[in-house]
Amino acid sequence: MSAISRRKMITRGLAAAAGLSGLAVAERVADRYGLVPPDHGGIYGPGESLTYAAQRLLTRHSLAREFSRSQISNPPFANEIAPPTDHFKRLQADGFKDWRLSVEGLVAQPASLSLDEVKRFPVRRQITEIACEEGWSYVAEWVGTPLADVLRAAGIMPQARYVVYFSIEGAWWESIDMADALHPQTLIAYAMNGGDLPVAFGGPLRLRVPRQLGYKSVKFINRLAVTDSLKRFGKGLGSAAPEGGYAWYAGI
Amino acid sequence: MAETAWSVDRLPAAAARADAPRHAALVRVTHWLTTVCFFALLISGLEIVVSHPRFYWGESGNVLTPALFSLPIPSSRATVPTGYGYVLPDQNGWSRYLHFEAAWVLVLTGALYVIWGASSGHFRTHLLPDASDRSLHALSRELVRHLRFARPAAADAWSYNLMQRLTYILVIFVLFPLVIWTGLAMSPAFVSAVPSTVTLLGGRQSARTLHFLVTVSLVAFLLVHVAMVWFAGFGTRVMAMITGRATHERN
Repeated sequence: MSAISRRKMITRGLAAAAGLSGLAVAERVADRYGLVPPDHGGIYGPGESLTYAAQRLLTRHSLAREFSRSQISNPPFANEIAPPTDHFKRLQADGFKDWRLSVEGLVAQPASLSLDEVKRFPVRRQITEIACEEGWSYVAEWVGTPLADVLRAAGIMPQARYVVYFSIEGAWWESIDMADALHPQTLIAYAMNGGDLPVAFGGPLRLRVPRQLGYKSVKFINRLAVTDSLKRFGKGLGSAAPEGGYAWYAGI
Repeated sequence: MAETAWSVDRLPAAAARADAPRHAALVRVTHWLTTVCFFALLISGLEIVVSHPRFYWGESGNVLTPALFSLPIPSSRATVPTGYGYVLPDQNGWSRYLHFEAAWVLVLTGALYVIWGASSGHFRTHLLPDASDRSLHALSRELVRHLRFARPAAADAWSYNLMQRLTYILVIFVLFPLVIWTGLAMSPAFVSAVPSTVTLLGGRQSARTLHFLVTVSLVAFLLVHVAMVWFAGFGTRVMAMITGRATHERN
């Protein structure tokens, strides 16, 4: 082996080692700054991580487009929902007066809020578009309280990184990072287009996340959990969506 | 023959070197990466469309609003009225993961190709029509030659003819940027940062419809491209794009 090729091999080896450790460092830095999605494993992991990291760097504070009243879709399209359980029907028959939204996890004061208590928080009304991953969309006015206000009232602990939210339909749960959880347009919505939020649209409470696709706007929410890790929830992929083969981050 | 002499004239100096490959290594690698990504995007895109094979114009659209046009295919969603008595299996999960991963590879490959093409002179020498070809006369002559399915000049194995150059410019600098733009316009997070991405197109549903129509144009290009390669000699042309070697003698 000539000296030159030996030198070449050593340089290449060093470059490869530097490249690999560089990647490892990049991953740690990305994780430190919250740029790695929980479903980053597998063959689609690199694409998802690139998308999520790029979006987080670009859109941390940007506002979803809001529309004029004349652009509201009339009528809005109610996507199919699972048949309500008997428990849900009983709550509905009582006008949801026994509905509770629990706030738990990494908060100083866990709470269990009734609808009236939720409505006592600051009100935000916004006309935004909800877009389904299937391709259809509609524009509606949603009224609710920013999730950030409810979380701050409960006292968010500094190590909080995600908010997990659950539907009363046990199979449906999602999570968002703090950038989306504290975003001013992320609403606990209880009214829509001038009336109470209809059950067909997720009433009595739906989490509206207008910077992500419709499946992140979970209907019938009754539980919020603030956490520093998504590993403890379900299969540890972040939400029910990746367990069903769909991306956790749906800002695209 | 005058035709041959004219074709030989436009051989770039670099390609005229006996050992120079027909296609530069970077062109070959990016060509096939783009091919793989395009098929991944096409198949996954079709799967996504199947979940809602209706298209609209404007900001919003759903089964309660009139469609601009619909594809006469069954859907993977029971909520879409298709006229078919059955619903296809839902393939949207992996399709969406694959679509966006392939889009990343395509965009990064395209960026590499464009930076290299601009800095190496590839665009100037191989894609920009020669000064002598920049006339309606040259264009009509080439068009007639193509419509007659005239045998390609021998030099065409070594350089792109005028129709190729114009088509490749259209695909690389118009259709691909458009398909990326219309795709980004459907990202609720991206348009929150750059709203003009979607407002310039007339709304989210317009962007989706345009994304589909540009894809149809790209598929039309692919079909003609493969047909022309077939016509010119499939094996030798494909080998030239793989190995860089052309079997035709120069001149």
